[in-house]
Amino acid sequence: MSEIIIQIDGREIAADEGMTVLQAAQKAGISIPTLCYLETLEPYGACRLCSVEVEVRGRTNLVAACLYPVEKDLIVRTRTEKVDRIRKVILELLLAHAPEARGLQMQEYAEEYGADKNRYEKEPSFCIQCGLCVRYCAEIKKKNAICFVNKGPTREIQFIPEIASKECWNCTECFPLCPTEYLQGVFVLTKALAFPANPMGPTSAE
Amino acid sequence: MNNDKIEQILNEHQGQAGALIKVMMEIQEENKWLPREVLVQISEKLEVPLSRVLRIATFYKTFSLTPKGSYQINICTGTACQVRGAQQVLDKVQELTGIKPGETDPDSKFSLETVNCQGCCSLGPLVEIDGKAHGKTAPDEIADALKKI
Ligand code: SF4
Ligand code: FES
Ligand code: FES
Repeated sequence: MSEIIIQIDGREIAADEGMTVLQAAQKAGISIPTLCYLETLEPYGACRLCSVEVEVRGRTNLVAACLYPVEKDLIVRTRTEKVDRIRKVILELLLAHAPEARGLQMQEYAEEYGADKNRYEKEPSFCIQCGLCVRYCAEIKKKNAICFVNKGPTREIQFIPEIASKECWNCTECFPLCPTEYLQGVFVLTKALAFPANPMGPTSAE
Repeated sequence: MNNDKIEQILNEHQGQAGALIKVMMEIQEENKWLPREVLVQISEKLEVPLSRVLRIATFYKTFSLTPKGSYQINICTGTACQVRGAQQVLDKVQELTGIKPGETDPDSKFSLETVNCQGCCSLGPLVEIDGKAHGKTAPDEIADALKKI
């Protein structure tokens, strides 16, 4: 594998071809905040907290570090004023949905970037749509018991009762991944309303 | 529900994950809605996770997860139709059928939906009743058309 030299925050760093900016930074001990990134899962690019500024041939651009592949002569800046401001707003928007989120260092990041959780009107949907639960279940466990449904402002996660009632009892490995306790809440609700095999939607027999 | 037809559509695409949306559209067209057990069948036959079928079924407006009435009324509320009085037509239809957009009446006779620009703005307000387009509609005219059904 060929080595690529890139510059992150003024430091020359050797990265392997095919690495993302985030991986190269982590290897060099430079920390970039992430929420929806998990080493064992495919990069997803949902939260954009890992946004950094990259410069290629004189052009600067904002990209998600967890998705952006390293390339020759890439210059990366992880803490410019712009980047910090973007991260602050992202955190503020997410905290409007899940003000008490404990997981994924949400509160620590909020403090670091000076994010005010009361800046935006609260809209407690609790889920920050990181997709960790859905992806973990699909990619690692290969059970596909959780899915996203609907779109836009009504997008939410749902346990599929037909599958969850069989698989989830012995697993629950996704619970600690969730930055809020929303996932557990949905599970308990689904269990109460739709287990064991009572379909959630109307069937043609009705 | 026409089970034979659904089965035929499913059999034609057995194991073809890539045909998922096509299959869902064909069944939607045939059956007017997608019952839960049909979603499960699609997932099994095409060998795609049920989670993907559900995600797609809830994403596109084309798919309905609840039963539809025998007559589908689509009222265009695009800008041009809106300016030409779509709201009055919509109000009239709501008053006559007793349902709001997205709903089906208890007799399963009518389903009402508002749609975006249909590309024939000069004919607005545009109302589609069971696939048949009515242009330059006035509330009374639509009322007559509905009463005849
Ligand atoms: S329920 Fe939790 S883990 Fe799942 S997408 Fe929402 S915030 Fe992420
Ligand atoms: S960690 Fe990169 S977008 Fe979420
Ligand atoms: S706005 Fe109704 S057809 Fe264009």
